[in-house]
Amino acid sequence: MLKSNQFNFFRTVLSILIAFALSFFIIFLISDQPVEAIMKMITGPLGSKRLFANVIELMIPLIFTGVAVSIMFSANQINLGAEGAFHLGGLVGALIGLLVPLPAGIHPIVAILLGGLAGAAFTAIPAILKIFTSASELVSSLMLNYLALFFGNYILSYYIRDTTAGALTSHLLPQSIKLQSMISGTNIHIGLIIALLVALFGYLFLYKSKMGYMLRISGENQEFAKYSGMNIVMVILISQILGGFIAGMGGTVQLLGLYRRFSWASLLGYGWDAIIVTTLAKKNPLYVPISAFFLAYIRIGADIMSRSTDVSPEIVAITQGLIIILIVADQFLAKYKHKLVAKEAKLFIDIEGGK
Amino acid sequence: MINLKDIILEMKNILKIYPNGVIANEHIDFDLREGEIHALLGENGAGKSTLMKILFGIETPEEGEIFLKGKKVQIKNPMEAIKLGIGMVHQHFMLVPSFSVAENIILGVEPKKGFFTDMDKAEHLSKSIAEEYNFEIDVDEKVENLPVGIKQKVEILKALYRGADILILDEPTAVLTPQETDELFIQLNKLKENGKTIIFISHKLDEIKQISDRITIMRAGKKMGTYETSDLSTEEMSKLMVGRDIVTTFVKNPSNLGELALSVRDLIVFNQVGTKKVDKLSLDVKKGEIFGIAGVEGNGQVELAQVLAGLIKNYKGEYLLFNKETKDLDIKDLRNLGMSYIPADRMIYGVAENMDLISNLFSNQYDKPRYSNRLFLKKKEMEKAANDIIKEFSIKTTSFKTAVGSLSGGNIQKVVVAREFTDNPKLIIANQPTRGIDVGAAEFIRMKLLELRDQGVAIVLISADLNEVLELSDRLGVMYKGQFAGVFKDVSTLTEEELGKYMLGIKKDENLEGIIYA
Amino acid sequence: MSISEILLSPDFLFVVLRVTTPILFATLAVLMAAKSGIFNIAVEGIMLTSALVGVIFSSKFQNPWIGLLAALLIGALMGILLGVLVIRLKTDAILAGVAINLMAGGGTIFLLYLVSGDRGVSSSLKSISLPNIVLPIIENIPFLGTVLSKHNVLTYAVFIFVILVHLVLYKTPLGLKIRAVGENSHAAESVGINVHKIQYIALGLSGMFAAFGGAFLSMGYLSWFTNGMTAGRGYIGLAANAMGGSTPIGGLIVSLVFGIADAMANVFQTGIDVPYELVQMIPYITTIVGLAVYSFNRKKKLERITKK
Repeated sequence: MLKSNQFNFFRTVLSILIAFALSFFIIFLISDQPVEAIMKMITGPLGSKRLFANVIELMIPLIFTGVAVSIMFSANQINLGAEGAFHLGGLVGALIGLLVPLPAGIHPIVAILLGGLAGAAFTAIPAILKIFTSASELVSSLMLNYLALFFGNYILSYYIRDTTAGALTSHLLPQSIKLQSMISGTNIHIGLIIALLVALFGYLFLYKSKMGYMLRISGENQEFAKYSGMNIVMVILISQILGGFIAGMGGTVQLLGLYRRFSWASLLGYGWDAIIVTTLAKKNPLYVPISAFFLAYIRIGADIMSRSTDVSPEIVAITQGLIIILIVADQFLAKYKHKLVAKEAKLFIDIEGGK
Repeated sequence: MINLKDIILEMKNILKIYPNGVIANEHIDFDLREGEIHALLGENGAGKSTLMKILFGIETPEEGEIFLKGKKVQIKNPMEAIKLGIGMVHQHFMLVPSFSVAENIILGVEPKKGFFTDMDKAEHLSKSIAEEYNFEIDVDEKVENLPVGIKQKVEILKALYRGADILILDEPTAVLTPQETDELFIQLNKLKENGKTIIFISHKLDEIKQISDRITIMRAGKKMGTYETSDLSTEEMSKLMVGRDIVTTFVKNPSNLGELALSVRDLIVFNQVGTKKVDKLSLDVKKGEIFGIAGVEGNGQVELAQVLAGLIKNYKGEYLLFNKETKDLDIKDLRNLGMSYIPADRMIYGVAENMDLISNLFSNQYDKPRYSNRLFLKKKEMEKAANDIIKEFSIKTTSFKTAVGSLSGGNIQKVVVAREFTDNPKLIIANQPTRGIDVGAAEFIRMKLLELRDQGVAIVLISADLNEVLELSDRLGVMYKGQFAGVFKDVSTLTEEELGKYMLGIKKDENLEGIIYA
Repeated sequence: MSISEILLSPDFLFVVLRVTTPILFATLAVLMAAKSGIFNIAVEGIMLTSALVGVIFSSKFQNPWIGLLAALLIGALMGILLGVLVIRLKTDAILAGVAINLMAGGGTIFLLYLVSGDRGVSSSLKSISLPNIVLPIIENIPFLGTVLSKHNVLTYAVFIFVILVHLVLYKTPLGLKIRAVGENSHAAESVGINVHKIQYIALGLSGMFAAFGGAFLSMGYLSWFTNGMTAGRGYIGLAANAMGGSTPIGGLIVSLVFGIADAMANVFQTGIDVPYELVQMIPYITTIVGLAVYSFNRKKKLERITKK
């Protein structure tokens, strides 16, 4: 392995360790039972089959949005609409479930594909705006997320609401559309397989296909891509549409796998989590399941910790933020990396003379 | 006759080596007399800008000392230079476009009225300093609305406002019209009368003859000498400036011309500021020949290259590639017709420096059947080809997985060249292909160019390196101010002296049709 | 009442000014950072954190002004933190901002629980809000009185701040330096301006404005802190600043437009037959359309210049 790759891996690990150290420090400050709390956080999910299953269940939506964002960010399209696309995916799942009866095998498949389409159409909007008006896809996608939410609330309140139920929620979804649990005693549903397949697809797409190659080159240096003859408009469109499709699918899968009704009255935050996931995974869909697992694990761990100690689960948000910052900060250990890279290159630098 | 004015500045034994190993200033001595206009003359890369950057504190020398009015000084950054009374007007203006002239002048030293900027005072001060040196400027006008010549005056005023006694002007007339140049010279003489000392960096001989008292000529990092302007003719200047240090000869096979590759007629290109950079240029190039384009950088070569490569679409005139009209073709189409391009700015256009070699080597051909099928890349093919390329081009790297940015300049250029040469090109546009790289890599690239020429590829070689362009070209054109000042069929009989005259605008031929067209 | 009667009623206009307040603070926060060349997406998280800190200190010391001060302090510090991440550690501004927002989102829940044992709403913190002010003579003017008087002190403050920011940016040496740094940092460097120092100052001010917005939400608009109470206003600030051409007056106008749309949603909740959820969408659609139009015009302008 190249020294620079070794270094990056080392730095990622170090960042995670430092983030944890700081978080543990905070726990020590505020808790009466710090050691117990930390132990619960680290080993809690291993405590029982059900608890570990919770980790896997949480991992699934993170994989979808993680892959979606990996694709978009690899093309340097900072479209934050995965959040809204996911939401619409869930909405579509509910609509297909409640309004379009279909036999059991086909029902979820149709729903998931349509959920993907909805997501794709949604994230296409910032892409199209960017192409025709040069408007920032970041700003427009942020606004659109809220539109997705309100639209979802509208449909929920006026078209599919179950007025007999207490809170704002839809009717019960038919069994035909639910994604069955794969492992008895848990809620781990088939969506896990789909998620892993999507991650594999994302990897093959980005790193093995022609289109993916174009996206990555353009994401690294758009001028270079243009000069090489690549079609930048295609890059902008495909990266964002594909990302939206995957995020949309993720929303449908999440609803059909874990919920009996559609009651999402606020955005779930998986789009933002995706940024952490993709940062840890270095934008490579193949590593997304690993970083999604990691994120899910520490979340569940923090949850478990909070249930039996006096530490709030949200401490993990601080850990996550710290991890991102340390990994992304170029200058973190930059001097050390520079020495390594220089040593590597020096083995082959010619002595340059003359002009 | 020796001028007995005081020497206010001495730079002694300046040595500057850039991190890539290039010796920009090789033990340079430079002195300045009070109240003179001293020209610093040399080609691009001669080291004149570097010397002045050292004086202005932007760069620090490896060795050498600076004495100001007899006292030794250390100039570690521009602020210290300004405090010592040294001001610099850069080629690329350091102005804030949305600010007025007055605001730009007083930036950093704003006169105050309580908490507020005293704009009245600022305007008053700006107006008075403009009047003092006889600059006619509307100090309220926004800089973005001003023509280039006036913008430059603002830069000069900025320096004067801060108390500059020594003014360094870096290629000031590069962006000016002839009228603006005349105006500038009137100003400079007035400044001289006011006791200011001016260092004028340029490669334009006629202007230097006109405005300067003394000249220091630099070439390839060395100082050729300091002379009284009146003692030198432009031809003598040109001879000192332009010359080959390394004379390597290539054995060239007789040229074997094929069909017409490219045909350009009456090409006119403006740059983004509205200056005409290519001025009705016409050219034919056939397969199997190298058409060299010599000239000092900035005479329209980049714009010409970018039109040929499809990066500039906003031009007037005709450009036919293998007899096809190219106005409606995009870069992909041009490349499919056989065009390959080695850009002058390799880091901006030529590579994605954070990506590995294998990603960089195929950005122009990844979608050809050899390297991919309908959907997927043929990784094995690419890896094999990458290894072959690394061997063939002697690219010094551990593997094709190394990030391109970590290679040395010469090897990065080899990656660019390898990519462009291995795509079965029919026309290669090479813009400064060996600039800033080591001798070995440069030799290799030149050999490759000759090989391809022998195989029937048409090559347009734009280069400021005389050796290269004289040795490799079958026909040679010299670009000056967006046009061909001269085009030559019999390159072997050309001397650098002759060439220098065309490059510097001393000589110009008319009626070139016979040689330009096929 | 017909729609037009509602929209022109003094009560409605009063609500407009009220809901515009946090949006305008967010816009000013984005503006300050943008003018110095830094993209501050962390306004959302800074607003949220300051909202909580303000409530905590106000309840602890039973003094809203101490609460406000604490909020401002934390806001400025967070702005400077963003500066350290972007300037010193060379982190990408968007990622650094997102990280801060994520930490703020979870961190505020964490801190609230830590300090008060509350989860979700700061019910056990008896925070004292910032006062509403009755304007002496104006109060009695018909129509105008209803519109302009009895606002929270921060509402008056934000409109005054717009003017102050305009004055500072365009009439003071500091503003000149900030704008120079943001527009052409080389030009600024060349005259000896410490670019980094200016950026830190601008970011500190940016965080401070965000803090004002947060404090308004928890100690003016409402009298408590709720998880996620900023509801995306920080992001709206990004859009508003972009559409306002990165100027205080432009930002003011766009924020008001958004405030009107937001107030309409409030009003339409009762009485009019349009579904609330759809009305909620109006401000965001307006922003997107406005952004598209604005960006399109800019693109055309640039093309005209180069086509010359």
